[in-house]
Amino acid sequence: MTELPLILAVADSFLDPTGPAAEAQLKHLNLVMLLTFIAIIPPLLATPWILWRFRRSKPKGKYRPNWDSNPILEILMWGVPLLVVTLMGVSLWNITHRLDPYKPLGKDPLEIKVIGLDWKWIFIYPDEGIALVDELIVPEGYPVELELTTDTVMQSLRISAVVGQIYAMPAMTTKLNFMASDEGEDRGMNTQFTGEGFWKQKFDLYAVSEEKYRERMEKAKQSELQFTAENYAILAEQGTSEEAKKRLGIEGQKGAIEMVLDGTNIFERVLARYWSGKPMTPESQPGSPLYDPKKSLLPPAPEKPLMQM
Amino acid sequence: MVDPIFGKLTWDSVILVQEVEDPNLNTFITSGAAGMIPVGAVLIVVLLTWLKWWKPFFGWITSVDHKKIGIMYILFAVIMLFRGVVEGTLMRVHQATALNGGFLSSDHFNQLFTTHGTNMIFFVAMPFLIGLINIAVPLQIGARDVAFPRLNQISLGLTGAGGFLITISLLIGEFATGGWTGYPSYNGSLVNPGVGPDYWILSIGLSGIGSTLTGVNFAVTIYKMRTKGMEYMRMPLFTWTALCTSILLILAMPPLTACCVMLGLDRYLGFHFFTNDMGGNLMNFINLFWMFGHPEVYILILPAFGVMSEIASTFSAKRLYGYTGIVAATMCISVLSFMVWLHHFFTMGQSTTVNAAFGIATLLISIPTGVKVYDWLATLWGGRIRFTTPMIYLSGFFILFVMGGLSGVILANPTLDYQIHNSLFLVAHFHNVILPGTLFGILAAIHYWFPKMFGFRLLENYGRATAFCWIFGFCLTFLPLYPLGLMGMTRRTVDYSDPAYVPLMVISGVGALFLSLAFILLLLTFWRSIVHRKKQQNPIGDPWDGRTLEWWTPSPAPEWNFAVLPEVDSRDAFTTAKQNGTAYQPIEKYEDIEMPANTFYGVILAVFVCGLGFGLVWYIWWMAIASFLGCIVTMIVYAFIPSKENIIPAEEVRRVDEAWRREAREGRGITRDDETTVANKGLARPDELPAI
Repeated sequence: MTELPLILAVADSFLDPTGPAAEAQLKHLNLVMLLTFIAIIPPLLATPWILWRFRRSKPKGKYRPNWDSNPILEILMWGVPLLVVTLMGVSLWNITHRLDPYKPLGKDPLEIKVIGLDWKWIFIYPDEGIALVDELIVPEGYPVELELTTDTVMQSLRISAVVGQIYAMPAMTTKLNFMASDEGEDRGMNTQFTGEGFWKQKFDLYAVSEEKYRERMEKAKQSELQFTAENYAILAEQGTSEEAKKRLGIEGQKGAIEMVLDGTNIFERVLARYWSGKPMTPESQPGSPLYDPKKSLLPPAPEKPLMQM
Repeated sequence: MVDPIFGKLTWDSVILVQEVEDPNLNTFITSGAAGMIPVGAVLIVVLLTWLKWWKPFFGWITSVDHKKIGIMYILFAVIMLFRGVVEGTLMRVHQATALNGGFLSSDHFNQLFTTHGTNMIFFVAMPFLIGLINIAVPLQIGARDVAFPRLNQISLGLTGAGGFLITISLLIGEFATGGWTGYPSYNGSLVNPGVGPDYWILSIGLSGIGSTLTGVNFAVTIYKMRTKGMEYMRMPLFTWTALCTSILLILAMPPLTACCVMLGLDRYLGFHFFTNDMGGNLMNFINLFWMFGHPEVYILILPAFGVMSEIASTFSAKRLYGYTGIVAATMCISVLSFMVWLHHFFTMGQSTTVNAAFGIATLLISIPTGVKVYDWLATLWGGRIRFTTPMIYLSGFFILFVMGGLSGVILANPTLDYQIHNSLFLVAHFHNVILPGTLFGILAAIHYWFPKMFGFRLLENYGRATAFCWIFGFCLTFLPLYPLGLMGMTRRTVDYSDPAYVPLMVISGVGALFLSLAFILLLLTFWRSIVHRKKQQNPIGDPWDGRTLEWWTPSPAPEWNFAVLPEVDSRDAFTTAKQNGTAYQPIEKYEDIEMPANTFYGVILAVFVCGLGFGLVWYIWWMAIASFLGCIVTMIVYAFIPSKENIIPAEEVRRVDEAWRREAREGRGITRDDETTVANKGLARPDELPAI
């Protein structure tokens, strides 16, 4: 039983991968370690041996105070690391391109938009017309594309067991494509320090069957909560999703906050907030200690797409 | 809102007042630390008065002697190290107990990791290394002083001013919470309007200017002041690394200054360089910061590599293996260090080709670094190794540093970085490089050059115990962070909810206590050695059978370093001279020596810079303006005062130098077997060379 916690911990990490990307990463980790061992095992073994063999109190080898070069040794010293780095460089180049987080993993991926806030994540399903807070539910074995931004400081969304992480930054969007290969539950989190509640910024990832996914979506659509600019402003206040429930008046409700989209593209409006050409005031900037949800309404949705960064 | 006289400063800003108003464990810890500042200040004043040391005290702080400046840098670093170790231990012990809540508050913990990082990099590692460079380089190249002695004092003053700001933040106000890298927009005025980020910007910005000046000073010193025959390819390795470090300082510190200024403009004057809105872009900060930050890593490690080279050669009584290779490797590392900064943000969403290119560039650095390790091992091969304290640090370094290399290579892979970026794996990696690399190098160097600085050796048994404690404490503290990072634990978490982390966290916490013990032992080493300094003396100046010029002077070295500048005709010039029997031959002709006189220039500037920084942090505009004007006026006034010189008459030089040479010629010296005993008076009898 004492081993149980350890297994649990690995279950949320890429050491026990549940997606093809994390699986490839784990393999690559092993390859990198093996290759590096070629270069570092010799000094690890040689250090104690040389120290022992040539100790002044009882030396074994010949004393050669003026010996300071040897062509063969020199070639080995530069050559072996060069060879190792070349091999590793090739594999690095290949796998970096293969695991590009911007590359969709299949045709027509499920598009989910993500807004990072202090200290919670909002997942918007535009096609389904719903949004979830701190819960990401995806059909297993189906390609997913996350498009991320934040409405506060920089964050980094990581889902260790499936894919890894990518930064999310205000006024900009980034992408993370992934696929969960089996049904199961994992955890994702923010890894970039964002202040006091930073460590609480975690969410659940559920990879489920197509059927269960549909069920979940239908349930979310029944929610009475609308994803309006007003409700969004309340969500944007600092605090975890549990604290947000209180502010939204749904205290005690179990599970993630579910909202129905109001058709005004909150995600684009969050981005547009920073492209309005007007400076942000402390009252309108989520994350600021003076932030006031009443004074921080989002601008209307932009007519043409914003500049992409 | 801002008071015209006191700015933002109120009684509540003083930590000790906060403790009275809201007593709890956190304010108790902070106020305990804060209380040490006034108590320490009073104690120093009392002590100086009691011992009637005011005169020597002013003699030291107005000195432009590179050796004294170096010693002051090191003293400063030891004091700052005290704070860094306490903070580190506090954090590790806190995290060991942090499952669902430890004893520190979130805000307190966040300030701790920020000050710990800032302090350790800028006010411990850098001053230590710059101090060692100050002490050793002019002696190693056979110079009387650095190229710009007064500038040297100003650099020290600026570093001290930065140290003042980060220290006073303990007592008055707060420090930033955004980590030592201080990323906006978290550290911008909208999200963090408090004084913390201002303290951060000003302390590292001002000391950064000091470091740039040091770089200029030592680059010029090494280019221009080498003694006759000291060609580039005859320079000791430490001097080589000091040269590369100086160049890195000149090129890498300005981006830091620039991003401090830009962030300052954002915060103070509402500019939009790095804000979220109005076209500001935090990525620009991150780019600029790491354009400094990555070379900075090599600023920290290269001089330590130099130390390792000197020690490997001296304590195995052998020539350095692959001198040319090591020099080439050092240059490679210096150049490559500017080409890899992007690996600090692989996960920022740039194209894969960019990521892959920077990943491979990062891998390339491991080649010259690996070569160096192999070269040092080859230096030991065929030697006669003595296990002095520096050698123990060196052995620990060999084993542990290659592990740091392994984790560095892992992190260099963007694919893997997507997983372990921002995790404890990263924390483990850089501590794995900086402790066994930089810190062990520094401590080894202190043991190695201590007799040169003060004229007596540190006690070996204490030194060895300390070294083992650092090595053991390091392993226990930081190696468990690797698996924790792979398991997904992020850095900078005040709290966690996964019980699986606990066992490793506890081991790490215990390790931190060992590191604290190591620090206490280090202080004890100094203390006991000072008590026994009479027995430990080595006036002749060559306790380790040294190979380079710095050992060819009495200990401590006289103000003028060399009575007559030595001539060099090979790499290990002093070894050659000892073998030929020409080392201590009498000199025929002595001349008057001109040395720069003491000055208050740097001291006055430092006081004004402290005022400028403090005034800016607290919006005390009159203080900031007055201090700034003070700086300008000081510089103008000193530009017009003709710089004074001390003329040391030839007779006095002759008297000191002849006595020393005579003593060395007449003494029998000791072999390396008695090196660590009281018989070691600094006259080495080299080993019999085997017949070739």
